[in-house]
Amino acid sequence: MTNKYDNVYINDVSTISGPYEAKGPFSKLYDKSYNDFYFGEKSFETAESKLIDESVDILLDKVDKTRFQIDLLISGDLMNQLTSSNYAASRLGIPFLGVYNACATSVEGLIIASNMVEHKCVDNVICSVASHNNAAEKQFRYPVEYGGPKPCYTTFTTTGGCSAYLSREKKGVRVDSSTIGTVVDMGIKDVYNMGAVMAAACGDTIYKHLSNTKREPGYYDLILSGDLGIYGKKILVEYMRTEYNINLKNYDDAASMIFDVDRQSVYAGGSGPACLPLVAYSYVMEKMKHGEINRVLLVATGALMNTTMVNQKLSIPSIAHAISLEVI
Amino acid sequence: MEKRKYQSIVNKYTPKENRLYNALVAFVVGGLMGVLGEVLMELYSYFLNIPVKEASVFMIVTLIFIGCLFTCLGFFDKFVHFCKCGLIIPITGFAHAMQSAALEYRKEGLVLGIGANIFKLAGSVIVFGVFSAYVFGLLRLILMGA
Repeated sequence: MTNKYDNVYINDVSTISGPYEAKGPFSKLYDKSYNDFYFGEKSFETAESKLIDESVDILLDKVDKTRFQIDLLISGDLMNQLTSSNYAASRLGIPFLGVYNACATSVEGLIIASNMVEHKCVDNVICSVASHNNAAEKQFRYPVEYGGPKPCYTTFTTTGGCSAYLSREKKGVRVDSSTIGTVVDMGIKDVYNMGAVMAAACGDTIYKHLSNTKREPGYYDLILSGDLGIYGKKILVEYMRTEYNINLKNYDDAASMIFDVDRQSVYAGGSGPACLPLVAYSYVMEKMKHGEINRVLLVATGALMNTTMVNQKLSIPSIAHAISLEVI
Repeated sequence: MEKRKYQSIVNKYTPKENRLYNALVAFVVGGLMGVLGEVLMELYSYFLNIPVKEASVFMIVTLIFIGCLFTCLGFFDKFVHFCKCGLIIPITGFAHAMQSAALEYRKEGLVLGIGANIFKLAGSVIVFGVFSAYVFGLLRLILMGA
């Protein structure tokens, strides 16, 4: 399903990164970076909540608003019951919608916000998303200090909190259109190979977006997928070619960009809901601001993984949502 | 696209683990751990003037302590990550699994946190360890008599 928007703008964004991201290529572009995993909090879970809290605070400063002037907060993360978002929202006191689509949450939030802003349900929305490497490891895999071997094609959950402010005020970046993806299950059961799980969903959403909008891949100066990693990226390119006969142009993957994969021990790149927005709200927005690129398609990919279902030997479904941004 | 066809694309681009290299590293490190254990045992036996059988208990406790301490100091996971089964199979792996779980859940209280989760990883080792001890003990009884 593709929606077109005439009057929705991302006015400003904020980003907070964790220690690994702060050593990555975009370290200077984040609003704030932490050197440890606790940020002065007592647990990983409260630390993740702080990422949302603080990114919203930074954003409110940037757009010169108080939290009482915000109509809606849409937020999501990886924790069970969206704990981090819930606790942040309880402190912020803004009307709140919690959303979950794993690593596709960022764009899911932007799509809901864009629809509500376009149809004047609300005047402004803040869309937040956060992920925390250690909190995610604890919930989905093994204890953080456990050094059990992982295959080299697995990805490393990013630590970061990102927020975007959307309204009808003509400022920042225009939201041109969005495509809501369908859940795809290609029968992959390997929890370490999330790139392979998500590549098919990503490909389907890109194809649907291009065919619904009658655009060629070359229309975009950058098509940026969420967190396929360096191997998932290759799977997507081949999948698009064989399934849809589309040769992706100007394509890149946020997971492969956010870290220095050769230098940092992050396996095949980043992952997590914060991975795409950390790259999109820093590096990509900067490039759009300087007019180096004008049209961008963000495709957030999410592996809808549940540890119980994986233990029951079921395959992992995945989803991807796309949003198209244009320089004003 | 058919699932099988997609799987073939996935296989094409997913790198394979170098099993021979991993096995070699595990073999060498595991062997060195054996040497370390033997040295410790001899030292305990010599300096404390105790039988080798008792010295082996001292050696095991020492290795468990080292595994736990290095886990708490935060660098043992990097050793394990590199050495893989060379450090996981010896008693150090068991200590590492329990200690890392204890560290992880200490914020959730003594009983519901540490108590309930400390065997999260190591529990299956104990269950199947006890089970196989029972089976092999029974086999020994049947085949070789009491």
